[in-house]
Amino acid sequence: MNTVISDTLVRVRSLRFAFGPRVIYDGIDIDIMRGKVTAILGPSGTGKTTLLRLIGGQWKPDAGSIEFDGINVHQQSRSELFELRKRMGLLFQSGALLTDLTVFENVAFPLREHTRFPESMIRDLVLMKLEAVGLRGAADLYPGQISGGMGRRVALARAIALEPDMIMYDEPFTGQDPISMGVLIRLIQGLNQSLGLTSVIVTHDVEDVLKIADYVYVVSGGKVLDHGSPDQIRNSKSALVRQFLNGEADGPVSFHYKSATTYEQDLMAGRA
Amino acid sequence: MQSRSLELLVGFFVSLGIAAVFVLTFRVASLDSVGDSGSSYKITAKFENTGSLARGASVKLSGVRIGRVRDIGIDPETFQAVVTMEIDGSRNNIPGDSNLKILTSGLLGEQYIGLEPGGDPEPLKNGSEIAFTQSALVLENLIGQFLTSFTQKEPSAAKKSEEPAEPKADRKIDGPGTAPAK
Amino acid sequence: MSFLTPAAEGLRGLGRASLFLLTILATIPGALLRPRLIVQQIYSVGNLSLIIIIISGSFIGMVLALQGYRTLVNFGAASSLGVLVALSIVRELGPVVTGLLFAGRAGTALAAEIGLMKATDQLAGMEMMAVDPIKRVIAPRFIAGLIAMPLLVSIFSMMAIGVAGGHAIGVELLGVDDGSYWSQINQAMHGGDICDMLIKASVFGLAISWIAVYQGYHAAPTSEGVSRATTSTVVVSSLAILALDFVLTAFMFR
Ligand SMILES: Nc1ncnc2c1ncn2[C@@H]1O[C@H](COP(=O)(O)OP(=O)(O)O)[C@@H](O)[C@H]1O
Ligand SMILES: [Mg+2]
Repeated sequence: MNTVISDTLVRVRSLRFAFGPRVIYDGIDIDIMRGKVTAILGPSGTGKTTLLRLIGGQWKPDAGSIEFDGINVHQQSRSELFELRKRMGLLFQSGALLTDLTVFENVAFPLREHTRFPESMIRDLVLMKLEAVGLRGAADLYPGQISGGMGRRVALARAIALEPDMIMYDEPFTGQDPISMGVLIRLIQGLNQSLGLTSVIVTHDVEDVLKIADYVYVVSGGKVLDHGSPDQIRNSKSALVRQFLNGEADGPVSFHYKSATTYEQDLMAGRA
Repeated sequence: MQSRSLELLVGFFVSLGIAAVFVLTFRVASLDSVGDSGSSYKITAKFENTGSLARGASVKLSGVRIGRVRDIGIDPETFQAVVTMEIDGSRNNIPGDSNLKILTSGLLGEQYIGLEPGGDPEPLKNGSEIAFTQSALVLENLIGQFLTSFTQKEPSAAKKSEEPAEPKADRKIDGPGTAPAK
Repeated sequence: MSFLTPAAEGLRGLGRASLFLLTILATIPGALLRPRLIVQQIYSVGNLSLIIIIISGSFIGMVLALQGYRTLVNFGAASSLGVLVALSIVRELGPVVTGLLFAGRAGTALAAEIGLMKATDQLAGMEMMAVDPIKRVIAPRFIAGLIAMPLLVSIFSMMAIGVAGGHAIGVELLGVDDGSYWSQINQAMHGGDICDMLIKASVFGLAISWIAVYQGYHAAPTSEGVSRATTSTVVVSSLAILALDFVLTAFMFR
């Protein structure tokens, strides 16, 4: 599989976004191809979650544009935006399950809100999705009674309930044991192949995602450092990318959050 | 199911609340104490001064409530107050020449209308007007009357007049309350 | 310039809260099509407040009767005890005390729940599922608050005047005549008084629900933010109730 950009589902162009004075994105271009698994890699705190929220239209960029299937996400009315969102699922890092509903009701939630399916059909659909993520047995539990990793799988079942065109996964592998990790990877691949689902996986978990991704972006410091197929990324010439892939603390990417003063200055200031 | 018992509990709460509204309107504001217009009749009377008589005040015969004040208006020609009262339909033998007084219940109480029965064999009926009325006692007028009558008797001692005037005025105000319609 | 900032911040908050109210009001017709959600919320703001309202109403009625009796008996006017209790409850204490209790019991619960839903991304999650959280979460809670308050105030007043409060102390304990207890109340009060009580209750209900959902929805998404939203709900609602009570009473006196 290589990178012939034939059909782009999401097109990000010269995106700029800042939280107050802190610039998160400083003009990035990203293309997410229809029916492919795209991975977005980057150290934590670079703004990967922020990017997903920008694509979902929850936050507005300061400059630049994001198009979903040719439609500019941020120039839609509220109801048009909602129609657009029915076509994309976002799997929150925290799962974002509704804590006052059971696992079953959580998965049924989008179906109840957006369809007029009869109860028996909703039941079948929900059990099917829960079976796919291996949690049919947990249907009657409340989110407070399951682990974070299980919660994220429930959230996945919920995200695929409406059968969207695209699913964005925010750190899906965190908190999964090796077995469910394998299940999850196969599930993402399966959805991608059988339904032609476009997948965006955001993670700092390098090795696993390189196994399933068709195309990879590495972002850091508000820029796209490199992009290409997993093989191209593994052999990247960029020192930053290599440092990130190998997990070294010292290198072009700083392990430390940006500070206005040096460590020594801070220590001396305490003594003054 | 669970949602059924929830609905039941909420239904209980809402009906308890509505029942409370009804209890308050009927028991406290007593919209039911004088029955509806079917079992009551209306009479009117003109007063020189109704004092602080209010809509809803009682009409009492020998201390027993027989009706209440429905409306207080003004006669456009005489500028007297016109009081419309609703009388319980079962009191249908009250003499037509009865007279009305505006009285006060107790020292601090509300004003009400006391009815003293006359001797006319013709009873009051819907639309009757009572001719004999006595107005509410107004404190300022009473004191004023005393002052003028006192100064007329003893023009030289106008200053002293305040002291004897007050207890007398008090007694007059007290009078109707302690000795209601007989 | 710098001392203007708090005032400007306050104005901004008020503006935001007003716009938020308009947004809620715009979603109400849609929310009314989902009565089940509203019923659920009436349970949590109404039914769950019932016990505290019934107990408080009874005790306040009893205290009023004890205190009132001591004063009235000096004037030989003990038979007016019912009037004293009923007037104080229906005109002031019923709406105000119920409002304060409602803010503490239901308002804080609303603010904390919504704030936590925000902090745990539940509201953002709904938005990403193309479900409007204002319509799905906020509006039913707001409507439930509006419905529950007048009912709770009526129950409070009924308990305080009649069932267990003033009547129990005045008639059963102090020996005020049952007939004159009620007839004196009847003479002093009109349907309009009950109407005024319900108006006050509805206005307070609107204020408390509005403040609670606003504080929750705009809470900082942290545990500290949620706790601050909860506290602000009680403080702001209480002040709003007392200020609104003054304004409404002034209007009703005319
Ligand atoms: N609501 C916010 N307000 C201000 N800064 C934020 C907010 N959310 C995130 N940030 C900042 O933006 C940066 C990127 O956050 P995020 O997108 O969550 O990173 P990650 O790549 O780990 O998902 C973080 O460093 C954080 O400090
Ligand atoms: Mg993140």
